[in-house]
Amino acid sequence: MAKATRPPLNWLALFKESGVAALIALGLSIVMFGLRTVDQQGGLGVQTRWSWVVFAVVSVFIGRLVLAIYRETRQPPHTPSGTQDSEQNRFAEFVRKISKVVAPLLIIFAIALPFLPFSSRYIIDVATLVLTYIMLGWGLNIVVGLAGLLDLGYVAFYAVGAYSYALLAYYFDFSFWICLPLAGIFAATFGIILGFPVLRLRGDYLAIVTLGFGEIIRVVLINWYTFTGGPDGLSSIPRPSFFGLPFSRRVPEDSETFHTFFGLDYSSMHRIIFLYFLILALALITNFFTLRMRKLPLGRAWEALREDETACRSLGINPTNTKLSAFAIGAGFAGFAGSFFATRQGFISPESFTFIESAVILAIVVLGGMGSQLGVVIASILLIGGTELFRGLEEFRMITFGGLMVAVMVWKPRGLLAHRDPTLRLHAPSHTPESHKSNT
Amino acid sequence: MKTNASIPLLTVEHLTMRFGGLVAIDDVSFTVQNAEITALIGPNGAGKTTVFNCLTGFYTPTVGRLTLNTGTRRYLLERMEGFHINKHASVARTFQNIRLFPNMSVLENLIVAQHNRLMRASWMTIGGLLGLPGYQKAQKQAVDLARYWLDKVELTDHADVDAGNLPYGAQRRLEIARAMCTKPVLLCLDEPAAGLNPKESAELNQLISYIKNEHRIGIILIEHDMSVVMKISDHIIVLDHGSKIADGTPEAIKEDPAVIAAYLGEEA
Repeated sequence: MAKATRPPLNWLALFKESGVAALIALGLSIVMFGLRTVDQQGGLGVQTRWSWVVFAVVSVFIGRLVLAIYRETRQPPHTPSGTQDSEQNRFAEFVRKISKVVAPLLIIFAIALPFLPFSSRYIIDVATLVLTYIMLGWGLNIVVGLAGLLDLGYVAFYAVGAYSYALLAYYFDFSFWICLPLAGIFAATFGIILGFPVLRLRGDYLAIVTLGFGEIIRVVLINWYTFTGGPDGLSSIPRPSFFGLPFSRRVPEDSETFHTFFGLDYSSMHRIIFLYFLILALALITNFFTLRMRKLPLGRAWEALREDETACRSLGINPTNTKLSAFAIGAGFAGFAGSFFATRQGFISPESFTFIESAVILAIVVLGGMGSQLGVVIASILLIGGTELFRGLEEFRMITFGGLMVAVMVWKPRGLLAHRDPTLRLHAPSHTPESHKSNT
Repeated sequence: MKTNASIPLLTVEHLTMRFGGLVAIDDVSFTVQNAEITALIGPNGAGKTTVFNCLTGFYTPTVGRLTLNTGTRRYLLERMEGFHINKHASVARTFQNIRLFPNMSVLENLIVAQHNRLMRASWMTIGGLLGLPGYQKAQKQAVDLARYWLDKVELTDHADVDAGNLPYGAQRRLEIARAMCTKPVLLCLDEPAAGLNPKESAELNQLISYIKNEHRIGIILIEHDMSVVMKISDHIIVLDHGSKIADGTPEAIKEDPAVIAAYLGEEA
């Protein structure tokens, strides 16, 4: 019925729009695709690939045109806000149902993964990496997603954790299981030390200070050569043991190793799988801790602080302590993840703790939907697993990656799973005010 | 003037607030009695909200003493900082531009207001993490108190809705309920009737009177809506350009020439 009343397509405007898009594509693709430096005899030479540029421009033109025509013909002139609302509600309902099923399934899958037939050392290594980022994402989610403190220097606490483990093991010969809690405590302490002066800042200012702090930690690690080994890093960090049983091929005198104790043949996979389960356990602890905190007064105060700090003060909530607790707990989890990272790599250097790491962790939290635990998992798999998956695309890996992020932000600007469920309900979830009224 | 032998709940003496060269409040003194509604009125920019901000710790007054006397303890509010005023002296407030937690549910808004009680019950979170029964009980009590106030402000049906999705009038009522969940001895309402229609205004009158009569707490009210002010307040203080120009019962204020001059302008 709307077809009769719709004005005819304004082809000139559509072509103009596509033309502008094609022009932008031209400008970008000349430098990105058109010119390429190649090694030649006697230095660098420039290779031109004009056919690539033509292809890019033409495909952008056609793509934009199709998109514009689609937009003009499909979208009704006015979307009633009511339908949009109900669509959002339906999506929220869907997410709620899905996450109830998906979360346990994911955990079961994660536990079973090393024993599945297709799992190779490569897959478990990638899964361990993804889990490390999931844990970091969950840790940062406390700070950014729940307490609303934009922290651009989260990797600093990761570095503190990794270095405290490496240095404690190096100077005091502590074992992994002693260092793990200590690393978390050290990182949390650093969180408090940083947090105390800067948490009076809000929003952008806090982001800048935390960004600076992240860099300070890295620069100190590089320059304090006598203590941290500087840019050379620290190597031969002790590997974790299975509650005292080392994973080594050579059996030391009058003691046992993992494989002799359990009567297995030695396999280098034992340690890989053990590390995988270790990070899985650490990540799950982070998750359950966060889920539990959300239902406690402190966790609710974090969320309230994110919503409105002034209102919190008027309700007698101490903003400084509440923010500090979020900052310290988030930092503590980064510290745990850091010491895991150190023991897995066996070698750490300041190179591993650059700003880009903070950015990736933040991207995971934002992309997943602030405050959403399942969102962090999906975003980590996409971002970390995805970069591994796109390795085959070589030079287009980053552009694919960037395109994915743009696509998510266009379609779901508040993150993949931005839905938030109340931590406490008075009525059953299916209860709606309307249905209640009609009953009474 | 009413003579009351008992010690007033709140005594404001020589309150002065300067922002650089601007004198927002100039030597204002008044008292607030328990179980009474005291209205603070005056033209725009008279300094009413500044008085509130001094009372609730958002500003530290330049000069003056603010004494809160609960009968058992005396608090000097001007020496207390920010959140301590609600936490220890039990003064609660609402805001002129509503400040709820929009992405949290209505019930959660009311539970957050009981933060300090629940924090103690959860042993600063540690007991709560371990799932000790004391915390469960405290949370149940908190929900019961929230349910009581939800009933009073007629939002029980909407308890699980995000506070930001409530209609405007409901948000105003929720903010009052949230302030009441902190169990205050003095409630400061900053323009609670702003933006309400006459029917909602009348309901608000009932709610405020109910709080006064049933909970016997002191209420200070900033309001422009004279239908609210004249009907429910026991005592009116008029501010103009930072100074107090009148103080008395609604009947006395209506006739006061200084008040008429401040609102309507002086005859030339």
